[in-house]
Amino acid sequence: MMLLDWFSDYTLRTVILGSAILGATSGALGSFAVLRRQALLGDAVAHSTLPGIVLAFVLTGTKTSLVLLLGAALTGWLATLLILLILRQTRIREDAALGISLSIFFGLGIVLMSWVQRQPIEHKAGLDRFLFGQAAALMREDVILMSVLAVVILIMLILFWKEFKLLSFNPEYAQTLGLPVRRLDILLTGLIVVSIVLGLQMVGVVLMSAMLLAPAAAARQWTDKLSKMVLLSALFGAVAGAIGTIISSSVSHLPTGPTIIVVVSVFVVLSLFLAPERGLVWDWRRRYAQRRSFAVETALVNLYQLAAQHGSARHPHETSAIEVMMGERARKALQSLQSRGWVQASGTDLWSLTEDGEDKARQLMLKEMH
Amino acid sequence: MDIAYLEILIVAILVTTASVIPGVFLVLRRTAMLSDAISHSVLFGIVIAFLVVQDLSHPALIVGAAATGILTVALVEMLNRTGKVHGDTAIGLVFPLLFSLAVIMISRYAGNVHLDTDAVLSGELAFVPFDRLLLGGLDLGPRSAWLLGGMLLLNLLFVLVFYKELKVSTFDPELAEAQGFRPKTMHYALMTLVSLTVVAAFQTVGSLLVIALLIVPAATSYLLTDRLSWMLVIGVVAGVLSAVFGFAGAIQLDLSISGSIVVAGGILFLLALVIAPRRGLLSTLRLRRKQRSDFAGNLLAVHLLNHQGTEKGTETCQSDRLAASLNWEPDYAQLACRNLQARRLIEKDDGVITLTEKGAEVARATMML
Repeated sequence: MMLLDWFSDYTLRTVILGSAILGATSGALGSFAVLRRQALLGDAVAHSTLPGIVLAFVLTGTKTSLVLLLGAALTGWLATLLILLILRQTRIREDAALGISLSIFFGLGIVLMSWVQRQPIEHKAGLDRFLFGQAAALMREDVILMSVLAVVILIMLILFWKEFKLLSFNPEYAQTLGLPVRRLDILLTGLIVVSIVLGLQMVGVVLMSAMLLAPAAAARQWTDKLSKMVLLSALFGAVAGAIGTIISSSVSHLPTGPTIIVVVSVFVVLSLFLAPERGLVWDWRRRYAQRRSFAVETALVNLYQLAAQHGSARHPHETSAIEVMMGERARKALQSLQSRGWVQASGTDLWSLTEDGEDKARQLMLKEMH
Repeated sequence: MDIAYLEILIVAILVTTASVIPGVFLVLRRTAMLSDAISHSVLFGIVIAFLVVQDLSHPALIVGAAATGILTVALVEMLNRTGKVHGDTAIGLVFPLLFSLAVIMISRYAGNVHLDTDAVLSGELAFVPFDRLLLGGLDLGPRSAWLLGGMLLLNLLFVLVFYKELKVSTFDPELAEAQGFRPKTMHYALMTLVSLTVVAAFQTVGSLLVIALLIVPAATSYLLTDRLSWMLVIGVVAGVLSAVFGFAGAIQLDLSISGSIVVAGGILFLLALVIAPRRGLLSTLRLRRKQRSDFAGNLLAVHLLNHQGTEKGTETCQSDRLAASLNWEPDYAQLACRNLQARRLIEKDDGVITLTEKGAEVARATMML
């Protein structure tokens, strides 16, 4: 299929649009999850939605997205309650509390799925799309539903923008300002749960946490401003969702969820390395430049001090004399000094300071003394 | 019982006990989610090795999986060291990628009877009796029983040999470092063991449910004891119980065996959460109620002591009068009265209450605080 066909094909357009919307919502809400250090809570909640989905199907017999997603939200919410109960009641730490809750609910989901598979229920195929996601199964109604919910989430974000911002960066201060921190916390966590539940159809329960974290982690590298981060994260999520969906529907036997996760992981890796100023590549460049300029200055001062022992600051020395003092870096440093006009070559492999070089060396030594 | 069922049950017990031993340390060392990450990403190594050797029981799978386990831990640490992501985000970024790549490879190249996504999710304990270990025509039983039995032995041996090192590095890493116990090496050794356990368990419970076997029985045990040695023992017992009950339930109701074992383990945990002798919900509830009642009683005792000899020193236990004189809620006054009576700190004579000798002592002690 040609590129143009992707956008003229009605079904595919629906699916791509749906994935983009889902990616955008989870990306936007994910920013808050990352900033509030709730990275793995998403993982626990996502796994815990499985029994809710299956139960909703068994009880109602429909596979309508809204019904299944309500079931998902219910058990996802129960899982967060169990986590809170364990944390408040016992000395079990957060990581194990998350793991326990995740295990129990996910195990229950697997048991229920095995039960459904052995029942003579009609239309039971298709529930497993919630495991690894299947964007191709998105219907027009699903996309409409998601768009509505996405808009609701967006409105909430705008309405409570200042409160959520404060809650994410400085909850103690929010408390002293008299904000209803507890209720805001529940609201924000609730929105995160909703975005997890929405994303299930696209990437599935197992990988949903990454859809929440990865766009935010990528966006974080590009900016220090929350508003920009949320927008960028939503954009990354949307683009990854769309690209992943296109790839997975054009290649046979390519599950949607994992494909989207690979795409969004590429965004993360690129951002980690290349983001302007913050990226690892820039870190390395800065460190290299620092090391280089340090070597150059050391060579200049060494040459000055050597020469001073001979009574004249211009007394020439061989490369090897400097190498004795600072190792192999000397030759390159001397060449770089020469190109700056601070050192001149005289004869074979002999170096002496110029007038500028002498001044510069004195300056450096004075600076070091202070 | 059918011999095939017995074999499945034995393997189920082996896989739960083999997992709970490293699991105890995961719960104590707060690395439960790191092991969750390992259990997901180990699939990557399993799949690559499988695509090369085309045999799910080939030793190459163990090597591949152990290597990816270590790779996961190293990647997470590397990401954290860059300082560009914080907290658990690194974990949440690393394992989904490796897991996704594994699932993609399975769907594209390995989608067949031996390795499909169902196997990844929950494994298949019911197939255990069909894969036999034959030695020169002699049937030695299910292959997975030997594999998991070996894993159990290895885990046991590791814990027994390095018990002291594990204990110190778990509870006091600085002390361990100072004593030359190399907590870092212990950490990596433990994570290697977790990876190996995940691979050994892969065919029977899949790579997603194994986290449940690793930490749920261990956490149950953590609710019941304060001693490391007992925690290991109780953990193993909880593991065996969840295997037995889960197996029985699954056979009875025709459900996924591995899933049922996890659910049984979950029920045991919830049970412990509610009724554990000192840390359970019920006992903390009882303790809180007792503290509340004792506090009320002590207050009343102080009141009686302060007004001893005067008219107020002789109250009656009629709650409304007492409440009025103390300006308390009637219920609270009643509670205080009953508490003192139960503790024999007051004497009741014709409805009038006076402090006993011991009651006066308690009142004085309360005021000293």
